[in-house]
Amino acid sequence: MRLTVNGQSHDVEFDVRTSLLDLLRETIGLTGTKKGCDHGQCGACTILVNGRRINSCLTLAAMHEGDEITTIEGLGSPDGLSPMQEAFFEHDGYQCGFCTPGQIVSATAMLEEAGKGWPSHVSASLEGEMRLTPEEISERMSGNLCRCSAYPNINDAIAEVAGGKS
Amino acid sequence: MSEYKMDQPVGASPLDRGVQGIIGEPLNRVEGRRKVAGDVPYAADHKVEGKLAVGVAICSTIGFGRVKGFDTSKAEAMPGVLAAIVDDPRIPRETAGFSDEKLVTGNDRVDSYGQSLGVVVAETFEQARAAANAVKVEYDPGEGRFDAGAGRGGARPLGDEGMVPDTTVGDIDAAMASAPHTLDRTYETPSHAHAAMEPHAAIAVWEGDSLTVYTSIQITSGAKKKLVNTLGLGSDKARIVSPYIGGGFGGKGGLGTECVLAAIAAKRIGRPVKLVITRQQLFHLVYRRSDTVQRMRLACDADGRLTAFGQDSIVSQNDGRPFYEPVPLGSLALYAGANRSFTTKAYTLNIPHCGSVRAPGEAVGILGVECAMDEMAEQLGMDPVEFRKLNEPEKDLTRNRPFSERQLVQCMEEGARRFGWERRNAKPLQEREGEWWIGRGMAAAIRVNMLTNAQARLRIEPGGKVVVETDMTDIGTGSYTILSQIAGEILGMPIESVEVRLGDSLFPAAFGSGGSMGAASSGSAVALAAEDAVAELAARMGTSVKDLTLKDGHAIAGNRRVPVGDLVAQKTIETTGTIKPGAMAKQYDQAAYGAHFVEVAVSGVTGETRIRKVTSVFAAGRILNAKTARSQAIGGIIWGIGEALTEEAVTDPRYGNFANNDLAEYHVPVHADIPHLDVTFLPELDDKTNPLKIKGIGELGIAGIGAAVNNAIYNATGVRVYEFPITLDKVLAGLPAEAA
Ligand code: FES
Ligand code: FES
Repeated sequence: MRLTVNGQSHDVEFDVRTSLLDLLRETIGLTGTKKGCDHGQCGACTILVNGRRINSCLTLAAMHEGDEITTIEGLGSPDGLSPMQEAFFEHDGYQCGFCTPGQIVSATAMLEEAGKGWPSHVSASLEGEMRLTPEEISERMSGNLCRCSAYPNINDAIAEVAGGKS
Repeated sequence: MSEYKMDQPVGASPLDRGVQGIIGEPLNRVEGRRKVAGDVPYAADHKVEGKLAVGVAICSTIGFGRVKGFDTSKAEAMPGVLAAIVDDPRIPRETAGFSDEKLVTGNDRVDSYGQSLGVVVAETFEQARAAANAVKVEYDPGEGRFDAGAGRGGARPLGDEGMVPDTTVGDIDAAMASAPHTLDRTYETPSHAHAAMEPHAAIAVWEGDSLTVYTSIQITSGAKKKLVNTLGLGSDKARIVSPYIGGGFGGKGGLGTECVLAAIAAKRIGRPVKLVITRQQLFHLVYRRSDTVQRMRLACDADGRLTAFGQDSIVSQNDGRPFYEPVPLGSLALYAGANRSFTTKAYTLNIPHCGSVRAPGEAVGILGVECAMDEMAEQLGMDPVEFRKLNEPEKDLTRNRPFSERQLVQCMEEGARRFGWERRNAKPLQEREGEWWIGRGMAAAIRVNMLTNAQARLRIEPGGKVVVETDMTDIGTGSYTILSQIAGEILGMPIESVEVRLGDSLFPAAFGSGGSMGAASSGSAVALAAEDAVAELAARMGTSVKDLTLKDGHAIAGNRRVPVGDLVAQKTIETTGTIKPGAMAKQYDQAAYGAHFVEVAVSGVTGETRIRKVTSVFAAGRILNAKTARSQAIGGIIWGIGEALTEEAVTDPRYGNFANNDLAEYHVPVHADIPHLDVTFLPELDDKTNPLKIKGIGELGIAGIGAAVNNAIYNATGVRVYEFPITLDKVLAGLPAEAA
């Protein structure tokens, strides 16, 4: 089966039971995406599939023929960080760093969602421009757990990038 | 080689003499760019030579009894399966704690639900998982003791078996009988899980009879000892590598079964083996924090001065385990009161055993103390801050010794000012916003300060690069960064010129990360090694240490300014520093302090609590890095909020398992639960603690915050909850009908 990961096309063979997360980590060797729970409960495995964030542990690799996948490695590298990665670095939006790839990928996609006007549970209105207040950011990021509990710093990091965008 | 024992106050610290100006600064983490790029290897990420096979642990599905036999035939016949191992006497049943010499082994019995009984290893994870499920275990179930309520009645006194020996001063019963104001309340806290985001994982690689295990462990040297003891290896035959750790919180303090199972499997099949414990397995395989019952007794004279201060507790533990939650650890010296009682009883539960979870002692003990103090202040009609200030002791009255540095009162005063405490109305049910009742509460924070043996090696290599090596670990605490700052400050090097290497048992032994003593211990060792290097640089400059200035990679003496690289061009400088705890630890009561102020909104309709505002002020010695220190503090505070409102590992008394053994059911705080947090550190240098004059901060934030939340909920609603976590049902049950 063929799929594209971070712009590079891969022909892969795998057990049909393989999750997309395990395919990325074990078969393709991209270990930046993390497994915190394997059950869609923590967000550590968040990646982009065709531009949208998903928990890669909750989907079988076999369902992604031809899909465009982006992982943390595809957003930036230590020498060339994306704006979101740079903001997490500056604001200390992490401690151990294990949930961090998932947080950063999730936050990157979340800004797009808000930019398209998608409302959240805390949005005052379902229509119109979505202003990313701290409450909006927290609500929209709550699928990404951080046991080191860097939440306030993560919020600041995302707010900075969101502010720069609007 | 410099060795230093903390037998007297340190006088000048090596850090006081540094002029590089990086100590204390809010520098970004040195490994940060790699972390945000997903580029650092955690335990399961290491790439190793050879064809990696994958192991999955076989775990018990009963809570107590004997194992009659295994049927592995079906599993062994499945595709890709390389071995189903149930016949090795070294198979470990559960994770070892800090102080264990080795893991509990033997798969002929089960003494708590979910213990590991073997391992299946296959070409892929999918194959190994399916085969592990296909292994049949035949049990002879026994009568396990799973019911906390039934067990507590038969709890036995611990005497001096625990970390905090039972201590009484004066006669608390008589004081309680004669005082005008008394409070006798019992508080309960539930079993508590670490739930680090990175599951325990290991990759075991054998080369002949030498074993390397890549894993996620807080204390490298301790883990290695347990590994060789469990496997029966010579101590030179094993190496532990743990450079990056996805959170520990005490749960990775000993040694996990994954390391031993992976090593056994790798030896058996002659290939490297990776084994990751699943999230569901983790809740049972790793130790928990004990549930606690705390009887708080306070007595005051007519002016509000404490005459009695007691905390008598009951904790649980499985049979034969040495650790008991030291509930009163932080309480012993917290307040005044001539009559004191701190005793602990324990009862047996055949559920996953108890061990260290972030801030053993204070994380639960300060909840009882600080909730009781709030209730007593109300009874006296006093402001909670004023009541605490009135009962500030001049020394540790339990052990009769002076404090080193203690700024609890200053923390409370500064916190009250920053928070706007004067806005609080002492009477509940006064402030309302729609369905929400607003309330404010406060509590003190304390965490004991410790120092332990540690060693570090430092080299200045040709070119002037500084390399520091110690088996200390970085569990997200910032060790790489602060150790770089310490070496850089003393040697006058920009932080980019320092490389710190950690988490390898081949490096000189530090204690590791745990008990908030990692920075003090390994940091002191690095400072001592750096001081030796300074002496050598002075000699090479032909001057004295006193007349030498080191800055920006240059040595300056008289009118000469020489690049340090030139001074080591011919010969590398290599030094070792060793720190040892000494008399200061006994002579002085050492602790870090703080005060939390919390504003909550509680729904009059559902009983739901939302945290609206938190102000915390801490005094914890010198702060090595303002940014990572704040992160540690907010992490602790948020842990405490979870402990207050949602976290509880629920035992099913029929089977002895945790009913909520995953992250969907065990509720850790999420983004939406946490507002902005206001955190301040007061200036402090404590010369009785260690050569750096610092105190541990990794566990301080969690202490007391849950009590501040509970006190704020009372202030909002008039409902006092005595059983943590403070879930909606408990608040709702006490709300008057007109509150809705
Ligand atoms: S690993 Fe996918 S959500 Fe946790
Ligand atoms: S940084 Fe450790 S879990 Fe988020």
